[in-house]
Amino acid sequence: MNRDQYLTMYAQMYRIRVFEEHVNELYTSGKMPGLAHLYIGEEAVAVGVCQALRPDDYITSTHRGHGHCLAKGASADRMFAELLGKAPGYCSGKGGSMHIADQERGNLGANAIVAGSTGIAAGAAFAAKRARSDRVAVCFFGEGGLGQGILYEVMNMAALWTLPVIFVCENNLYNEYTPYAETTAGDLLARPRAFGIVAEETDGQDVRAVHAAAGRAVARARRGEGPAFLLCQTYRFLGHHVGDVNRGYYRTKDEEQRWRAERDPLQILMTWLIAERIATSEECARVGEQVRAEVAAGLQFALAAAYPDPSEVDTHVYA
Amino acid sequence: MTSDPASTVVATREITFGQAVREALAEEMRRDPTVFIIGEDVAEAGTPFKVLSGLVEEFGPARVIDSPISEAGITGLAVGAAMAGMRPVVDIMFGDFITLAMDQIANQAAKVHYMSGGKLKVPMVVRTTLGATRRSAAQHSQSLQAWVSHVPGLKVALPSTPFDAKGLWKTAIRDDNPVVIFEDKLMYPLKGPVPEGEYAIPFVTIVATSSMVQVALRAAEMLSPLGISAEVVDPRTTVPLDARALVDSARKTSRVMVMDEGYERYGVTAELAAVIAEGAFHYLDAPVKRLGAMHVPVPFSPVLEDLTVPTPERVVEVAKTLCGKR
Repeated sequence: MNRDQYLTMYAQMYRIRVFEEHVNELYTSGKMPGLAHLYIGEEAVAVGVCQALRPDDYITSTHRGHGHCLAKGASADRMFAELLGKAPGYCSGKGGSMHIADQERGNLGANAIVAGSTGIAAGAAFAAKRARSDRVAVCFFGEGGLGQGILYEVMNMAALWTLPVIFVCENNLYNEYTPYAETTAGDLLARPRAFGIVAEETDGQDVRAVHAAAGRAVARARRGEGPAFLLCQTYRFLGHHVGDVNRGYYRTKDEEQRWRAERDPLQILMTWLIAERIATSEECARVGEQVRAEVAAGLQFALAAAYPDPSEVDTHVYA
Repeated sequence: MTSDPASTVVATREITFGQAVREALAEEMRRDPTVFIIGEDVAEAGTPFKVLSGLVEEFGPARVIDSPISEAGITGLAVGAAMAGMRPVVDIMFGDFITLAMDQIANQAAKVHYMSGGKLKVPMVVRTTLGATRRSAAQHSQSLQAWVSHVPGLKVALPSTPFDAKGLWKTAIRDDNPVVIFEDKLMYPLKGPVPEGEYAIPFVTIVATSSMVQVALRAAEMLSPLGISAEVVDPRTTVPLDARALVDSARKTSRVMVMDEGYERYGVTAELAAVIAEGAFHYLDAPVKRLGAMHVPVPFSPVLEDLTVPTPERVVEVAKTLCGKR
């Protein structure tokens, strides 16, 4: 890894952070229809994994998917447009926050069904393998997805048929409003290992650790050695969705404060870059400013963009 | 799914419904290497109904894949493979088991194209069964075609003859949308004529009034084994006229014949033909054909009189002409 690559990872995480802050603001100021599930706090997972991928690799994403989409290379302007239901959005305003897809960069879509895209990721990996390419597919899902049966059906087939798919479990500790320990029995890593899938746990707040672990999993998959499972321990700094502001009944303010103060993925990378004399704090700040300006311009673009023509309502029902 | 008016039929032979399904799959798998079948016991077992027997021998286990008993998982895998450029056929052994795959069918496959603003496609076929009276009780006998027909984004096919089965199967595999095909388990041994080689199913609209509706319905029955699917439309009233119904059917089938027992010249058939031509001109593959009473005073002798009015046999001849099947 060289200096430029580290700064790219910092910029990507910063981009997600600022994007999500704007989304929160759009919601509270009543400018955005519907809800959104923010990725703030979990940026290192999406960025660490996607930096280990090629543009032609596939990802599938979740309802908390803005971070994955940006990390895979989408631009803020068309993403904001999609969230606002505007015509230039990635899905012409028909998908919205929970269904953003960006097929040009291999993003097969966010998914509002928990674990709903596990089969899709395995299917893309299946197609890649059949086409004799070395493309891989990454399936992002939260620890809530561990409760869904399809995940186990798919892990079984992925192992059975040596599919180049990497299951990335983002354990942000909460199934919506319920601590995951209340819903999840046994050892998380024992699940993939029962299928013979190589599984590894990593610090989801440390983008370098995520990137290294993802790199190993991706390399194995490209070599034709089959699936891997990455358990990324992370934390959702905000609520389940933008409207989830009173969270006292399921977690303490102290806990949130501690994660923000000690385990912020942007802070962790910046501190390391400065300590290792790879970049100065001024350089990091400059990256931040550039990203901030770019994202703000993207938001202005989206706010000014047109809504879809009403004639669009019944197009694309069928191909 | 559209029909191909240019298709011509060479020769037919009698095969069973099950053979027709197998032939369609085999021909499409030969034609297109991205087509594969995945399901429980589809390979060596050839499904419990033996419909797919022989396919694994020709195409190998990489394209005829025995899967775990994981309806949701295999359907999801097929959705992803379809999004990434393949044309999967998912075999769900009993229609009752689509319940297990319903999220992947209704929330994923059906919606991906729309939700992505038309950027992603899911060209896949879900093959399953329907029908009772096999003494299989409540969880192996349902006919759940209504469930999937209710969901925008899915196409649903219900073949009723070997001819339909083969034609609809080939059309479904080539379709860029998710298609669910229901086969009645009792129909597999049913025999019927199926053309040699390639064909697609032509359709024709027969607009008929009064007693001509019965003639048209009888003709439709005679056309079915010839591989022509006829839709009979009865406007019920000429004034007011339900022009919309006539035009909609014409737009759907692209071939129309109009029947009325009155004189053809300057007649009801002329008016109906004009209405259809105005409303569906660009959709028509052939001029609208009229069939009315012969332009003569009605003769007394029965052998002569019977020649003056439309018969099912004449309707069949005209329909064949319209479909290029003479």
